[in-house]
Amino acid sequence: MAVLVVAEHDNTEIKPATLNTVTAAGQIGGELAILVVGHNCRPVAEAAAKIAGVGRVLLADQPHLEHHLAENVAPLVASLARDYSHVLAPATTYGKNVMPRVAADLDVAQISDISGIESADTFIRPIYAGNALAVVQSRDSIKLITVRGTAFDAAPAEGGSAAVESVPDTGDQGLSRFVKQDLSVSERPELTTAHIVISGGRGMGSGENFALLETIADKLGAAVGASRAAVDAGFVPNDYQVGQTGKIVAPDLYIAVGISGAIQHLAGMKDSKVIVAINKDEEAPIFQIADYGLAADLFDVLPELAKELDK
Amino acid sequence: MKVLVPVKRVIDANVKIRIKADNAGVETTNVKMSMNPFDEVAVEEAIRLREAGTAQEVIAVSLGVARCQETIRTALAMGADRGILVETDVELEPLAVAKLLQAVVEKEKPDLVIMGKQAIDGDCNQTGQMLAALLGWAQGTFISKLAIGQGTAEVTREIDGGLEMLSLKMPAVVTVDLRLNEPRYASLPNIMKARKKPLERLLPEELGVDVAPRLVTLKVEEPPKRQAGVKVANVAELVDKLRNEAKVI
Ligand SMILES: Cc1cc2nc3c(=O)[nH]c(=O)nc-3n(C[C@H](O)[C@H](O)[C@H](O)COP(=O)(O)OP(=O)(O)OC[C@H]3O[C@@H](n4cnc5c(N)ncnc54)[C@H](O)[C@@H]3O)c2cc1C
Ligand SMILES: Nc1ncnc2c1ncn2[C@@H]1O[C@H](COP(=O)(O)O)[C@@H](O)[C@H]1O
Repeated sequence: MAVLVVAEHDNTEIKPATLNTVTAAGQIGGELAILVVGHNCRPVAEAAAKIAGVGRVLLADQPHLEHHLAENVAPLVASLARDYSHVLAPATTYGKNVMPRVAADLDVAQISDISGIESADTFIRPIYAGNALAVVQSRDSIKLITVRGTAFDAAPAEGGSAAVESVPDTGDQGLSRFVKQDLSVSERPELTTAHIVISGGRGMGSGENFALLETIADKLGAAVGASRAAVDAGFVPNDYQVGQTGKIVAPDLYIAVGISGAIQHLAGMKDSKVIVAINKDEEAPIFQIADYGLAADLFDVLPELAKELDK
Repeated sequence: MKVLVPVKRVIDANVKIRIKADNAGVETTNVKMSMNPFDEVAVEEAIRLREAGTAQEVIAVSLGVARCQETIRTALAMGADRGILVETDVELEPLAVAKLLQAVVEKEKPDLVIMGKQAIDGDCNQTGQMLAALLGWAQGTFISKLAIGQGTAEVTREIDGGLEMLSLKMPAVVTVDLRLNEPRYASLPNIMKARKKPLERLLPEELGVDVAPRLVTLKVEEPPKRQAGVKVANVAELVDKLRNEAKVI
């Protein structure tokens, strides 16, 4: 058995979800290689070589791979995949974009968003917004998998000393062109890796009111998230969205403020260690899964909470 | 321009699902079924392109059991021009769906396929990307904006870090996020009219596609239940619990 992990990175740094994917790969067993696809990304390959447990680093460094366009990345991954029993990538928007294309190239199924590994061919994955867990066995010769980051610990970023080797290019397909990116910049921790997340819902009333959450986030070193309703209403950008069709988080502490607790939202946060709900409606479903519930108006609670945390 | 919109019949998003007693799957008999919410957004976008004069024809396609006709009729009532049902009782995996859609695309030769980013039953998020790969076309996934240019589709994608803008060579496949638009409701007269719109029925064999599954579902289980905790009376008690009981701050 040999496992290939497709690294997610921005040509400068490895994204943390890659480390969780390496842990999943380790549970499958066998030799472990990491593939770094991008441009001017040798530092990423060198960082990948240091990840504990990694045996080889494959580097594809080409101008047409700079923006990780799926049409160019997928054929490259597919060209290497036949040497492996398993190919894994994080179930992030990066992995979700590229991996099904690789699966189709290889004529194999993709097993999406696995949260557990039973054996080399049997995996657990949430379906129906996490309201059911399916145990699926693959009959394909190559198992193509995306990995739910919150279900696996991060592998140590240091401790390995793999060699970096270059792999042959598969060319520019010329199908799509990168125009630009509009990335959120924040001093706060990243949502999916933060130890504490505080999220606001429709109950926040406006984007300006999110400042109340940010004050508390800064006191706790927390990331700020949101429900789909808050994003759809334009209070905050799309990358704040937690849920079935947004980001999956599982911090030590999740504070839901003005969020009712729809199943699609719970799908993204119910594996958090401790959940706090602040909602003025005593009957809000979020209280059914909260460890600590405070039934009160958030506009009273948040300023008070900020003061109490200073004590 | 011709637009193809695949629409999936799924358990309605508001239904609380039940797992079958033998753990073989999720109960679907006597359960409210609807069009996958993302596919409603895809249908809406396609109709808007036609209303704007950018597209001339919108074809809704569904794959699965005979009752997927209802899903197609919903798309027709929203404004799609005609429908295609690829009928099979086999539970289709995304790869099989993508291969069937590839065959339909080769027959119909649309310029654009607009589909959902994810079906809310299997939560696979694969089919559009697979279809694009099989066709050798460009893909724009998870889009919240679409503009048709000169032989290109200009898309805004929702990615983990924010937004990304790509220019896709047409023909192309795009998969949509819910934020792309607000789907319309079908009016009663349009529901009546939809009954008379053409709906073609095909079989996987006719399309020459092997739909045999690659995965075996060994069992479907209930996830671990979370116990409800306690209500606290005020902020001071909450902070005290978080500091001294849960020890998370
Ligand atoms: C296909 C599909 C996918 C979806 N994906 C997601 C997803 O990924 N993530 C997601 O979050 N949702 C998702 N949704 C939407 C989901 O169904 C809910 O509509 C959404 O989560 C509701 O957001 P909310 O709780 O902020 O708003 P609401 O349900 O409107 O709840 C607002 C809450 O705020 C409380 N409130 C109001 N004012 C105050 C106040 N002053 N003080 C205290 N409390 C107050 C109210 O009591 C209420 O409980 C999806 C839906 C569909 C159909
Ligand atoms: N059986 C089906 N019939 C029609 N369209 C489908 C079917 N299965 C998947 N799709 C399309 O593919 C999208 C993504 O589905 P999935 O990859 O299963 O999450 C859906 O939103 C639909 O547009």
